[in-house]
Amino acid sequence: MEFTLTNFLLFMVNCVLTNNFIFSRYLGCCPFLGVSNKVETAAGMGIAVTFVMGIASLFTYAVYHYILVPLQLNYLITISFILVIAALVQFVEMFMKKSLPALYNALGIYLPLITTNCAVLGVTILNIDNNYNMLWSVLNGIFGALGFLLAIVLMAGARERLESSNIPKAFKGFPISLIIAGLMSVAFLGFAGLGSI
Amino acid sequence: MPKKTTFRGVFINGILNENPIFRLVLGVCPTLAATTSATNGLGMGLAATFVLLGSNIVISLLRNLIPDKVRIPAFIVVISTFVTIVQMLIQAFVPALYEALGLFIPLIVVNCIILARAEAFAAKNTVFHSAADGLGMGLGFTAALILIGSIRELIGSGSIFGNAVFGATFEPMLLAVMAPGGFILFGLILGIINSIVNRIGSRKGAQA
Repeated sequence: MEFTLTNFLLFMVNCVLTNNFIFSRYLGCCPFLGVSNKVETAAGMGIAVTFVMGIASLFTYAVYHYILVPLQLNYLITISFILVIAALVQFVEMFMKKSLPALYNALGIYLPLITTNCAVLGVTILNIDNNYNMLWSVLNGIFGALGFLLAIVLMAGARERLESSNIPKAFKGFPISLIIAGLMSVAFLGFAGLGSI
Repeated sequence: MPKKTTFRGVFINGILNENPIFRLVLGVCPTLAATTSATNGLGMGLAATFVLLGSNIVISLLRNLIPDKVRIPAFIVVISTFVTIVQMLIQAFVPALYEALGLFIPLIVVNCIILARAEAFAAKNTVFHSAADGLGMGLGFTAALILIGSIRELIGSGSIFGNAVFGATFEPMLLAVMAPGGFILFGLILGIINSIVNRIGSRKGAQA
């Protein structure tokens, strides 16, 4: 895919809205349901995920194309990618703690959770499956994560309202959150076909 | 730590009392993605059961050898080894399922259920009990996936396991097999199961 402004904008719309990670691909649902009680924590989680997904896309691209392919070890993709992501998350955490303490205080608690966020491993494998080059891989990671950020912040806004409403006891917590996510997902269906390249 | 220490007790515990999907609400992503039909649910469930059984046994065997500080990376390596094995087996023997589940087969690695059972059960219990726990949790997961998958397939395509149920005049509600239907139906099923569990709980409370 050639890098032009049109392609760039179409790709952005496609990743953030049309193929939203949560609402149309079911990736990253655990933190989406687990960390969406408050708008601030949701935004913190979303930003931390954006950071990690961008870097993880870059590093896994390098690992795959410069290590696994030349050595014909393609079948090790799952093991190597999850280890790269786990190491990267650890490294980002240590780096932030030392050089960006303010950012670390804001995002620190979310970082360890990101290793098991399936959106991160998902996007790195999707990059390989779709044969993206390095630039598009990183953009896919960042825009995909921005879609996740949008979804989790919207969800947190809805759940803050939910606290003061009267819901049947059996539907409190997960069931009602899933139904709200479903309704939002219906709204996102409206973007179908937009931004296809 | 569960009180029941028999093989059967631990096994039943995973299927009913602590069903990973309906009672613990773990592993939401594969649940939603793999339940577009009952067959896909069965396939995903069995793949996860295999990984859960294998990783629980190996981690339980190694539980005294792995230093505490590096246990999570060690668990992840064991789990992803089994995921790679299951991915190759599915690709070789059930290519249709491989196409249908696609990305979600490698993503079994980050399925919260598997790491949670490794950490909460296999790292502390004997091989025998860990195997029971893996099998019970895995089959509980599979049963839940088949239930949700059947309901979604029935509403969304009018069939169960690919067999048409309602005849030619049935107009399927396509939304149920699309992304929003997964969220809404899973939410409804979870709510109904919660209300049944609450009712049984209050009845037991009234008797005692």
